[in-house]
Amino acid sequence: MAAYEAGTMSQADPKPRLRLALWLPLILFAALFALFVHGLTNPADTNVASAFVGNPLPQFDLPPAAADRPGLATRAFQTGKPKLLNVFASWCVPCAAEAPQLAALAQAGVEVDGVAIHDQRADLTRFLAANGNPYAAIGRDDQRAVQLAIGSSGVPETYVIDGRGVIRYQHIGDIRPEDVPKLLARVKDAGKGAGS
Amino acid sequence: MKIAHLAALLLIVSAPVLAQEHVPPAPYAYRQLDNPEQEARAKALMVTLRCVMCQSQSIADSDAPIAGDMRSEVRTRIAAGEDPEHIRQWLIARYGDYVTYAPQVKPITWPLFAAPVVILALAALLLRGRFGRPRQTNDEGSA
Amino acid sequence: MIAEVGLALLWLAAALAALQLVVGALALRPEGRALAGLVRPVAVMQGLLVMGAFAALVMLFVTTDLSVKLVVDNSHSAKPLIFKIAGTWGNHEGSMLLWVTIMAVAGAFVALIERRLDEATLTATLAGQAFISLGFYVFLLIASNPFARLAQPADEGQGLNPLLQDIGLAFHPPTLYVGYVGLSIAFSFAIGALVTRNVGPAFARAMRPWVLGAWIFLTLGITAGSYWAYYTLGWGGWWFWDPVENASLMPWLAATALLHSVSVLQSRDALRAWTVMLGVVAFSMSMVGTFLVRSGILTSVHAFAVDPQRGAFILALLAIDIGGALALFTLRAGTVTEGKRFGLVSREAALVFNNVMLSGILGIVLIGTLYPLLTEAYGVKVSVGAPYFNPAAGMFAFPMFVVMAVGPLLRWRQDRLSGARSGRRLWPLAVCLALVLAVLVGVELTAHGIALLPALGLSVAPGLLLASLLPLRGRNLRRTPLPVWGMVVAHAGIAVALFGMASESAFSVERLAALSIGEAREVGPWRVSLDGMMPVAGPNWTALEANVTTRYAGGTPVQLHPRAETFTNPPGTRNESALETRWNGQLYVVLGEQAEDGRWQMRFWWKPFVPLIWLGGALVGLGGALALLGRVMSDIRRLVAKDKIAWRRMRQGR
Repeated sequence: MAAYEAGTMSQADPKPRLRLALWLPLILFAALFALFVHGLTNPADTNVASAFVGNPLPQFDLPPAAADRPGLATRAFQTGKPKLLNVFASWCVPCAAEAPQLAALAQAGVEVDGVAIHDQRADLTRFLAANGNPYAAIGRDDQRAVQLAIGSSGVPETYVIDGRGVIRYQHIGDIRPEDVPKLLARVKDAGKGAGS
Repeated sequence: MKIAHLAALLLIVSAPVLAQEHVPPAPYAYRQLDNPEQEARAKALMVTLRCVMCQSQSIADSDAPIAGDMRSEVRTRIAAGEDPEHIRQWLIARYGDYVTYAPQVKPITWPLFAAPVVILALAALLLRGRFGRPRQTNDEGSA
Repeated sequence: MIAEVGLALLWLAAALAALQLVVGALALRPEGRALAGLVRPVAVMQGLLVMGAFAALVMLFVTTDLSVKLVVDNSHSAKPLIFKIAGTWGNHEGSMLLWVTIMAVAGAFVALIERRLDEATLTATLAGQAFISLGFYVFLLIASNPFARLAQPADEGQGLNPLLQDIGLAFHPPTLYVGYVGLSIAFSFAIGALVTRNVGPAFARAMRPWVLGAWIFLTLGITAGSYWAYYTLGWGGWWFWDPVENASLMPWLAATALLHSVSVLQSRDALRAWTVMLGVVAFSMSMVGTFLVRSGILTSVHAFAVDPQRGAFILALLAIDIGGALALFTLRAGTVTEGKRFGLVSREAALVFNNVMLSGILGIVLIGTLYPLLTEAYGVKVSVGAPYFNPAAGMFAFPMFVVMAVGPLLRWRQDRLSGARSGRRLWPLAVCLALVLAVLVGVELTAHGIALLPALGLSVAPGLLLASLLPLRGRNLRRTPLPVWGMVVAHAGIAVALFGMASESAFSVERLAALSIGEAREVGPWRVSLDGMMPVAGPNWTALEANVTTRYAGGTPVQLHPRAETFTNPPGTRNESALETRWNGQLYVVLGEQAEDGRWQMRFWWKPFVPLIWLGGALVGLGGALALLGRVMSDIRRLVAKDKIAWRRMRQGR
């Protein structure tokens, strides 16, 4: 024991520099703790938002997905009137849930165009018959070409497109009743922006 | 040549296991490119792209339908001669940096790239003066 | 009844942990010395009680007691017995109970057998252990009672996630837990030593077997987990740099560094503060890992038992335990000097260098794993994956491999690499270096398009393997101590695993194919044909099984049976890949879905030398086991010798 103590003493190091280094772990840990607390109290939004909002729609020309609606092409969004672009599918449950809200938006005078992802005509016809058909046009996107091109990561998603074909806003997930006025306001804003 | 021949035999393939969709996936979701060099390039890119729907998987490791469509998109573009990094940028423009497992050098990721250097500097700082010739007398005395 | 007994035992164990803490703290003061004798028996008793509580929970799962909430939520009467037992820890509450159980049992073990450490440090260690345990007891009893009953017994349980119903995964979490908890013992030793300011070789000697034991389990746990991910995720990947995987890798990196620094402390009385620091860091990484896995703040493909509330609780424990320990370190480490000095060329220096490199890799993994969380705080989503981790970790790993080859051949304290006699030691190293260069040139000349890292790995691995055997040169192999064998085997294991990783990355052949029955394909040197499709049924699943005939280079055919399984309780699917292992690699076959034209979507991979990854991992674990065995045996021998001396003295009437 005594020898050990003597050993320690004889090793006296220049202290000040070492002292600073000793605080380092505690400081790093405090930073880590702060990060964890922040991460816990602000759970990350698991949705991946489109980074493409603000850009003009890419060029596309989709064939019709349903018998009684035309297909969808980029030029349909360059008419000077803002529209909604709804990315959906007949196999998606939340898409059925948002159908009344889409109908309400269409009722309010907003044109809603659809892009049906990985869908078959028979399934889609059944879906539209059961849930109503608020769409003015439905394009058929079997390979998610348009979906990928606008940075959409799932169904349903709804985009506000202004009259010049520029994406103005993205709504992720199904549209709840309380979202309808918000979307209407967004469409109105988009109309103003394009008009000026 | 044999490989190209074999790959040419492949036709439209089935839906992935976890699909809730009943439509065949995009053509190149489960089909490799005929040109092995292009396929290798596509594969190298795909393992570094993150599936935007899944928990934490690259599009090369995922059965999610959208991952299949992203693979098809990548393979189609590579087959058309597009540069892999250009495809990555195209996807980043749409999904943000989330989509790439290879972090892009920009102000928000500077600390990430500085990390190895900072760690080395810290190590050097801590070790400075640690090494020295053992002081014969002192050490032997206390041992 | 069993549930109530279990809960009662758990409360009693918690009470004893509190007692252990209070008595231990009091015994450290001069006026409380008399209490010191109480600490060991209390620790033993606590271990026994919590073992009883855990046994009660296992019983509940085995008998599928459907009045217990945890059983209903995670088990099912039709599950095979082995998965009923595994179901005990395949959930949050049960795994936390397993955690305290292992911790208390390990504490009891320390109390029973540790005789080399001075009594004060041991008392402080046991008090520290009780303090950590107490946090987990509170967590269990207040926020995650595993024994909670349902008001109304359920008719049937909800079953276990099909992915978790796998023999490899059944034992993967407990293996990792043993590792984590073993590190908690090392942590407690570090605390004890800081409290009594007694950091020296005796402390290192006491701590070393625990670090070694924990490290063996971590090694095996990670290896098994990687193999499990490889064959169940169905895409042939074996490491994804996923947050949950990283969470298990970080404690291993810290433990590996600790293992080496503790050996320096034991044999040379150097690196005192650094070793204590690593003891704290290693367990911190276990807690951080547990927190990351449980809180779900990072998305993972292996997400399991995620709940933010529990995350908050674990974070609180993390802050108290680790924050406290680091504060203690900051206050005390100034008085714990680094100990003996050593030359730039010495075994210590090599070990220190590799400690720093391991810590560097640890830093990279930690930063890369948490970086998305950091940017998220600024509203930006980024992903960090292999393109960052591989080169950044490689920057530290490859210099480490070089030093790892040389280090074991150096002398302690100060070595000279010039002079007549060093030539004899150095020429084998020159052979290794030549081997590395030869392979590198060979790889570059014959194989095209291999990336830098796999090429480096392929060339460094054989040289490293040879170099890791060099410490045996000139020794009588039968009289070589087990710990030396352990080091050699473990280092060779690293080289073997490195070769497997590099080969997998450089030479894998992937073939995706839609096959009709009777069709064949070529996959690298293999010819595979789909011969038939059969429905099969397991205990709680049904599946479609493909009959695939495979032939390696025209050799004898081997039948493989990949399956697509469908589970009913709870509903889910699982792809059971089929593997054919040869000495030079593995064929990996996955059955996908049927296309509309009736063909079957299949995925094939030929992965040369890929099993070496896990073989290497197993070798590393074996090396650890040999070293541990050697140390335990020499300890026993010493104890027996001491007893004999004591007995002789007694007989001589003294």
